[in-house]
Formats: sequence, C-alpha cells, structure tokens
Amino acid sequence: MTNLEATNRQSGGDPHNSTAVAAQPNKMAIGFRIGLFLAATVVAAALISFVWTPYEVAAIDIASKLLPPSVVHPFGTDHFGRDVLSMIMVGAQNSLAVALVAVGIGAGIGAPLGLLAAARGGLPGEAIMRTNDVIFAFPSLLMAVMITAVYGPGAINAIIAIGLFNIPVFARVTRGAALSLWTREYILAARVAGKSSMLISVQHILPNLMGLLVVQIAIQFALAVVAEAGLSYLGLGAQPPMPSWGRMLSEAQTMIGFAPWLAIFPGLAIMILVFGFGLIGDGLNDRLDPRMKRVR
Amino acid sequence: MTLLAINDLDVSIGATRVLDGLSLSLDAGEILGVVGESGSGKTMTALAIAGLLPARARLSGDIVLDGVQLSGASQEELCKLRGRDIGIVFQEPMTALNPVMTIGSQVAETVRIHRGVTRREAMQLARETLDRVGLPAANFSLNRYPHNLSGGQRQRVAIAIAIVLKPKLLIADEPTTALDVTTQAAILTLLERLVDEDGVGLILVTHDLAVVAQTADRTVVMKDGAIVEQGNIAAVFRNPGNSYVKKLLQNVTHVPTRSPSRKIGDTPVLEVKNVVREYPAPRHLFGKGKPVRAVNDVSLQLFANENVGLVGESGCGKSTLLRTILGLEQPQSGEIRVFGKRFPADQAEEMRALRRQIQVVFQDPFGTFDPRWRVSQLIAENFHLFDSPPGMAEGRRKIDEILERVGMKSSDADRYPHEFSGGQRQRIAIARALVTEPAIIALDEAVSALDVSIKARILDLLTELSDRLGVAYLFVTHDLSVVRSITDRVLVMKDGAIVEEGPTADVFSNPEHRYTKQLLSAVPNLDRALANRLVVSSQND
Repeated sequence: MTNLEATNRQSGGDPHNSTAVAAQPNKMAIGFRIGLFLAATVVAAALISFVWTPYEVAAIDIASKLLPPSVVHPFGTDHFGRDVLSMIMVGAQNSLAVALVAVGIGAGIGAPLGLLAAARGGLPGEAIMRTNDVIFAFPSLLMAVMITAVYGPGAINAIIAIGLFNIPVFARVTRGAALSLWTREYILAARVAGKSSMLISVQHILPNLMGLLVVQIAIQFALAVVAEAGLSYLGLGAQPPMPSWGRMLSEAQTMIGFAPWLAIFPGLAIMILVFGFGLIGDGLNDRLDPRMKRVR
Repeated sequence: MTLLAINDLDVSIGATRVLDGLSLSLDAGEILGVVGESGSGKTMTALAIAGLLPARARLSGDIVLDGVQLSGASQEELCKLRGRDIGIVFQEPMTALNPVMTIGSQVAETVRIHRGVTRREAMQLARETLDRVGLPAANFSLNRYPHNLSGGQRQRVAIAIAIVLKPKLLIADEPTTALDVTTQAAILTLLERLVDEDGVGLILVTHDLAVVAQTADRTVVMKDGAIVEQGNIAAVFRNPGNSYVKKLLQNVTHVPTRSPSRKIGDTPVLEVKNVVREYPAPRHLFGKGKPVRAVNDVSLQLFANENVGLVGESGCGKSTLLRTILGLEQPQSGEIRVFGKRFPADQAEEMRALRRQIQVVFQDPFGTFDPRWRVSQLIAENFHLFDSPPGMAEGRRKIDEILERVGMKSSDADRYPHEFSGGQRQRIAIARALVTEPAIIALDEAVSALDVSIKARILDLLTELSDRLGVAYLFVTHDLSVVRSITDRVLVMKDGAIVEEGPTADVFSNPEHRYTKQLLSAVPNLDRALANRLVVSSQND
C-alpha cells in the first residue's frame, strides 16, 4: 500500500468526515463557538421572557405607537404601541418549542424507520421507503397549510404538520448512510459474533450515524424555524395574543415604508437562530468523531 | 544518456520531512524500480517528479528531465510537460478512468490538450495506441465505457493515456498492486515492451520486491523518505550492503517454523458439501437473465489443527464461499457442517455454540473495527456468543490475556483502533477471533494489505497460535506465497469451482490443472527472477 493511500484510508474511513476538516480544527472550532453564542442568545432570550420582559407583551399603549428604536424601546414599538423587544423574546419561546418538538418527532420516528429499512430490506424496507416517497410527493408547506386548515390553526397543529414532514427526511438520510455501513467489515464481524440485525443497528450503525444525524437535526431545526415562521405568517401558527415572529413579519409588511424596524428585528431573529444552528451542526459533526481527537 | 536526474531532493509537508536528500538518475530505455514499505516516500518521489505534490508541500533540490529543470517550475509549465513528456499510471484502475467518458475520448483528450489537432486525428491516434496496449479494435471500440472493462483492461487504457504522446518518462505507481497475478504478469510484460519500443524511461514504484527483480534494470530501495541502497538488481538483491535491505529480502522469503509435534486431526471440524450460491441476474428491460452462479457445487473439508489455503483470482467466488461458510449468506443448495452439526443451526443456543467454534479475520485492517469502539469493547463483542457472558472483572482478565497472547499490551485495551498501525490492528482482529477459543479461524486475505516485514511477523504469530492452541485455519487469499509458507493443504478455485486440491508442497512443485500451472508461473518469484538474470547476464558476457 502506498503512502498516500494509507493516509487517505485512515482519514477517509467514514463517508461523513473529511481531511479538509481535520486540517483546520481552529477554524471549525471558531464557527462552532459563534454558532453556540448565537443560539444561546436566542435561547436565553426565550428563557428570560418566562420571568421578565421589558414591558408587558400584550400591553397596548396607543400613545406610544410606532416609535422607532430608542433607549426606552430598544427595538421600537408596533402600531398598538407594544414593545417589539418583548414580543421577540416571547416569540422565541414559540419558535424554539415548535422547531424542537417537530424535529424531535421527525428524528425520533424517522431515524428508527430508516434503520429498520436498511436492516431488513425486502418488503418492509420497500414499504417504509415508498410511504416516504408518497409524503415527499406533496409540497411540505402546502400540506402543512392543509393540515392546519382542516384541524384549525394553532401551535400544536403546526408542530404536527412540520414534524410529519421531517420523518421521511430523517428516514431517507438514515437509511442511505446505514446501507453503506452494512457492507463494512466490522458489521460482518458483529454478525459473526451472532448479533441480531436490530442489535447491530443500535450498537454499530446508529452511533456511526450520529454525526450525520446531528448535522441533519441542526439543518432540519433551522428549516423548522423557517417553516413555523411561514405558517405564522399565513396566520396558521400560534394564535394572538401569543406573539410569533412570522406573524410579526406579516403585520409589519404594510408598514415597512415608515416603520422598517417592525420587519427588521423579527427577520434578524429568525436569521440568527437559523445561522446559529447551522454552525452548531457543523461543529458537532467534527466533535462527535473520536478519530478527530488525535488532531486536536 | 541520462534522461532524468534528481539531485538532493528534499520535500516537507508541514513539519514532516517526507523526502530527505534524494538523488537518483534514470536513462532513456531503462526501468528503475523504486521499492519500499508504506510510508517510505516512494509515492512522494513519483508525485514530486510529476509536480503533483499537495499544495502545502515545500520542495528543494533539482529535478532535471532531459535538460529541463522541473523543481520550481510553475504549474502552467508542468501542465505542458505532464501528458506530453511525462506519462503517469496510477494504482487503482477502478477509479483512474472517468466512468462517463468513452475510453476513446479519454485517450484522445491528452492528445487534443497538447497538440492542437482535430477530434478525428486525435481519435485516430487513440485507436492506434489502444491497439498497441493490447486492446484491439475488434473487441474494444473507442466508444466503450470503462464500467464493462475488467481491471486489467482498464489499466491498459490508463497506460494508453500515459503513452499516447510517446513521453520521455513514464511513471507507474503500483500499477499492478490491485490486479490478479496473471493480469499483473501481462501488464508488466506490456510495460517492458513499451519501454523497448519507445525508448521511454520507466519509473516503477512498487512494494513488491519480486516484481522489481523480474522487471527492472536497476532499483532504488527507500526507507523513511531516504534512499538506503541503489544499484543493479543482481548486485542489490544478491549482496545487499545495507542491513535494512537484507531484512526486507529475508521477510519476503520468510517461512515460519512449525512445531514438529503438531498433529492434524482425523475428524473434520468443518465440512462443506455441494454448496451452490447464486445471485439473481441484473434485471433487463424485459424480465431477468440467468442467475450468476458464484459458488458452483463446492465441497471441502477442514480437519482439526489443519491449515488449508483456498486460492483463486478475484471473482472466482472464494469470498462468497467464505461468507457462506460463515453463515453470512444462505446457500441455494448444499450444506455446511461444523463438528458434524448443521450450520447455521435453527436453535439459537446451539447456533451460539457453533459460532464460538468458527471465527474470522478480515482483510482490511482499517475497516474491520467500528471506529467508535475501544479495543476492549471490540474484543468483548464476541462475549455475546457465551451463554453466560463473563462479568466486568472476568471479561477484562480475558481481554488482557488474549491481547498478550497476540503480542499486544493490556493497556492497549483502552485505546481506539485508529491509534494502531495496520499490523497491530490485524493482531487485535486475531485477538477478537481467538477470544471464544474457536476450533476454526477463517482468514479472508488477512495479511494481503500488510507490508512484507509486518506480514512475516503476523504469519509467525498465526503459526505459533495454530501450533499451541490447535486452531484450524482456512486461508482465503490470492497471495500464493502466503499459502506456500503456512498451509498444509491447498485448494485452487476458478469460476466458482475447485479445480485442484492437494498437499501444498505437491501442488506447488507439481501442479496438474492447466489453470494452477498458469497461476503459479505468473507469480513473481524473487529467486527465479534473480536466477534468470544471472543466466541473461552470463550470456551477454
């Protein structure tokens, strides 16, 4: 075996891991830290809002309506004179909760289905994957609109709708990666050790997919935040008086000419949360791999 | 006349010096064999000459090709040289060709880049070159794609790409390592012929000393990025001045010593009876074709304490047979018996007991362990086969004991597989197989990926374990030298069937089947190659 090949095999033994990443651990660590900071800011805002907000969220104060950002109202006020900062803080609860539960549903049901489909193959595997394809065939937001339209708008139905569409994503990602792992020699060795396919899935396949799943969770989390904002924007998410970032954006749009802060701040909040989780996903992918430890 | 002169070449990547004070020269029409073990810098030498080092590499010293200084040349200048004056053939024929381009346009591509000729003219030249490398128009039209060519045929296409513009220098980096022995012999003959016809200088990089002894005019032996010895083949290999070269040569011809008291049992521990394993044929547009019969009515027996070799080239069905024996695949017909009991057994408890008796060591020391598990966990995986798995302390004691038995330390149990070298990993793999105290260990190309010196040590270990513990081995391999040095009996497999079977010494000295003869004559043999050289040189005198 030649020199180059040896290094390639050592570092490239796994499909979701590259030498380029190994070569620049510092850069990755910085991205990870920025991601943590951004996400932590949003999470902190949501947690603080349970006990304290600068103003009462629902308090209407027509006298101080549409004030631009100032020391008194850092993010300005809306057309009812409500404090935008307070609304964004409380809105973060909604965004995080919906995304968390929806992705939880998706990963919690989708990943096991994917593992099962890869381990069993044949009829059960095909049945799982074709059902996935059927769900995939409908544009997800449209389907979510339908679900919320039939069962009524509200945060719970939004969670179910978004969660439902995360299932096939996780099932497909898990199955694809699991299938390639099933051909590895260490899986053959585990089979020679007499382990059942379920036991191998849990002990060997799943841990080796964790990096991939964590990245997918971070991406889907970001997408779920956007989807929730989209549903709220259409009025199908959390209902008033519960503030939500999407509805704030939709209400701001008629006033964007003279009160741009009403759109800018909820928009920024969505962006920070999505970006933060993207960076965290990347960083975790590297950290979860024990082979990376020799680089650090 | 000197074609290529390298003088005091240093290359570092980051803080690591990969080549250290390298000086060598090559004449036109000469074959220079660059040999060494993994990490010796032989591939780096080839890449440095071709200007293909990684971007982070720093290079100093002279590389002069036919009067042109290559070190310090810009990438644009090197691009003009590569393909035109320097042709390169890489190791892996499966990935060296672009799967979506026809073989004709891949050969013609080089022509069109370097000579502003029309597509028709380039294709004409491609046709002539493919004819030269033994891919005649009758069967190998320019419009064929790489995926339906064999490994050897692809390597011929890769060679055609390298020589289409009649370069002055041809670099071949392990060009035959991924090929079967008979294909390897044909490719080496082709390279020799091209060198004769075109007067091209060939740098043949390989780990196989026998290949160099058979093919090259001169050799350079490398270790840790430096040349330890260079000169004529006969001089270097007959009277090596350097102790490392001596050791290397000893390892190539190493035969483990067997305990004289070893006795082969007379009851079979493993019986394979008329096993047939078929794969469904690839689906056509209309229905299915005939199923592919990978294993065709194979029967064999393995006796207690016996070491049996199963040899054959890639695609002969030996790996499928092995997986079927291990119960990883179901045969269509026939049966496998372990200690006279049907395997796989229906009953879970009995199945566990049988699995304890038959274990396996796989080929790839890098792929055989879950990268996330510690060595202790990896070995403990087989505790699953015990009816009452040992407790923590008892398990740990077993693991320590088994690690020491294969020449590792008990402290290694807490480390991850990536912290070990290829040879150490293979020792751990043997430990994992041994922990259930099996009667049979199947070895699937278990030493093929290892360097010669490490291979020799692992063979010593295997022999010692077999002698001491009375384990029977089934060596599945394409490496005939391993079979010759360690087995009692050999089975030769071709196209899914066993064509010859007999005591190893008899089969090697007096092969009966035509295929066995062909196989044995294709294996590069160090002693035979050197003997031939002596004859040739004395005739020339």
